[in-house]
Amino acid sequence: MPLAALDCRFETLPGPLPMQRATVTRQQWRAAPAAVAAVGGRLVSLWGSDRRGLDGGFAVSAAYALGEGLVWLSLPIAVVAQPSYPDIARTFPAAGRMQRACRDLLGLVAEDAVDQRPWLRHGAWPEDYFPLRREHGGLESFAAAPESYPFVRVEGDGVHEIAVGPVHAGIIEPGHFRFSVVGERVLRLEQHLGYTHKGIEKLFERTAPLEGHYLAGRVSGDTTVAYAWAYCMALESLAGVEISWRARWLRALLLERERVANHLGDLGALGNDAALGFGLAQFSRLKEDWLRLNRELFGHRFLMDRVVPGGVATDLDVTSGERMRRQCDEIEVEVRTLKDIYEEHGGLQDRFLTTGRVSPKLAAQLGLCGMAGRASAQASDLRMDFAWEPYAALQATMASHRNGDVAARVTVRIEEIFESLRLIREIVARLPKGKPLSTPGALPANGIGAGWVEGWRGDVLVTLELEAGGIRRCHCHDPSWQNWPLLEHAVMDNIVPDFPLINKSFNLSYSGQDL
Amino acid sequence: MWRILKQIVKNGVRTEPAPESNDDWRVAQAEPERIRAELLAILGRALTIRLVDAGSCNGCELELNALTNPYYNIEGLGIKFVASPRHADMLMVTGPVSRNMVVALQRTWQAMPAPKLVVAVGDCGCSGGLFGESYASCGKVANVIPVDVAIPGCPPPPLDLLRGILTAIRSRK
Repeated sequence: MPLAALDCRFETLPGPLPMQRATVTRQQWRAAPAAVAAVGGRLVSLWGSDRRGLDGGFAVSAAYALGEGLVWLSLPIAVVAQPSYPDIARTFPAAGRMQRACRDLLGLVAEDAVDQRPWLRHGAWPEDYFPLRREHGGLESFAAAPESYPFVRVEGDGVHEIAVGPVHAGIIEPGHFRFSVVGERVLRLEQHLGYTHKGIEKLFERTAPLEGHYLAGRVSGDTTVAYAWAYCMALESLAGVEISWRARWLRALLLERERVANHLGDLGALGNDAALGFGLAQFSRLKEDWLRLNRELFGHRFLMDRVVPGGVATDLDVTSGERMRRQCDEIEVEVRTLKDIYEEHGGLQDRFLTTGRVSPKLAAQLGLCGMAGRASAQASDLRMDFAWEPYAALQATMASHRNGDVAARVTVRIEEIFESLRLIREIVARLPKGKPLSTPGALPANGIGAGWVEGWRGDVLVTLELEAGGIRRCHCHDPSWQNWPLLEHAVMDNIVPDFPLINKSFNLSYSGQDL
Repeated sequence: MWRILKQIVKNGVRTEPAPESNDDWRVAQAEPERIRAELLAILGRALTIRLVDAGSCNGCELELNALTNPYYNIEGLGIKFVASPRHADMLMVTGPVSRNMVVALQRTWQAMPAPKLVVAVGDCGCSGGLFGESYASCGKVANVIPVDVAIPGCPPPPLDLLRGILTAIRSRK
């Protein structure tokens, strides 16, 4: 039993990964972070919900990752003028921004939290309007009163600020970066995100449960497979539905194809950001070949809407499998060539090595997760952390590194490409027989489920609650929440021109964290 | 260096021919049409584009980035994405416009010189898409700034993006 010291009653959530949920008291909520940290666990997500009319007032939830699996703790909060709960950001700093978002969306305050500034609310809706509360439909519109954000000022001789964004120079998502620099050395970076907040979590309340995967698949477009899978896993967990073995293996196939596509794209962009345009041309060519085969075999270049409740909306025949296997062979040869070129290129390595370093210690302290975490010795990957199919049968292995710099993240990405190519070929060769899709029967009117999937950036969590046949609350968590604050640390003491390179080596999602 | 050159020579030139424009996507009323044969002639001069993601899921950005790969080779056609709106002939906008991005989008548009071509990209840019209008979203791009061409798709594949760009150029010819 995880967290036995807390003495709370856990209920198991059905699903391919071990997940448990418990309602806790304030005392247990307060004790949990230290208990989790003591056994090397980490915070996955924190979010609030309005449970008035269901079983009380408000609630705040925290999901922790432990050796035993996911532990979801939910703390009921009484309806008072200023509903609040104990801060957990002192133990898990990654909770800070999540707590601020929880206040913006629900008006739940983390008691004595160090940072109480708004996060997702920029003044486009009033301070006393909390969109996730039940009394609001979410369709209200307000006269915008943009507020200026109180950035932390760095004082001292020769310090000046560079303000970047929200509109950035390239083809990327919007966000604001405030650099405090001396000469070209970065003393401090402060991010201000939330620009792409489009009310996804409120929109879920107006979405039919069997159509929620469309919306989940658009939380962060580059992670559409992982989100759609996590949503479907949550729905299937809630309904107690088991999908076919073939469907599980095909979902893994799509997830690995998504991972390879993103790594190929970013490896090219990383070469380009270090002035090796050749890298961009070569890797983006490989990525295009990859996407074109996605389109041909599965009907969508980014595999959107292929993972659906009950399985997958696509299948793979022998000829297609053979084409995919052949493409994996070809891409592997090409990536090996490019890997050698990258490694032997002095100018490139000069930019990659020791740049944007996150030490393993800092990574553990602040909760760096996913691919970037693995490049800083945080050995966690849901595909291997737990014995579940198909990854256990495929004997998937984890890539990791200790240096935590741009070069380490490049190495981990390349290793992950090779492993994903191997997994794809294995899946094609050993794909179980059966139906790829069994339409789920009637869903229960009420229930709670969760889905947890290792997307290419890191672990994506979707928690879902149904009430009277509709979605009462759906929370989607992106690993970028944890990793954005680490980027602030990674650029310290680096030079301003290395920021794009460092940023790209993480390539975090704005949309996924802004929701 | 030898390996780089070898790899370049081995792969050769992968660029494919450019597509034609699509008049169905035109939103604004335009001058009388020029003949299609002018299409590539029009592209003979450089076109500069500024992109603003006004709240997309980042899917459209993936396809806009793909335009710069060797297959579509958009710079080879004389089309370049630029960092400043002051250098741009055309503004491409993705996403439903989130309320948090309204001011930034308006300011970007105001900063552009004529002809201020605007192309809304993707189902969200065309209609608000899945997200529509809400406390956090203004819906389609045309709700915030004037739009010349709207390219559907979730996300629109690179060839559709190219067609949309060409359509917008011809709409002001």
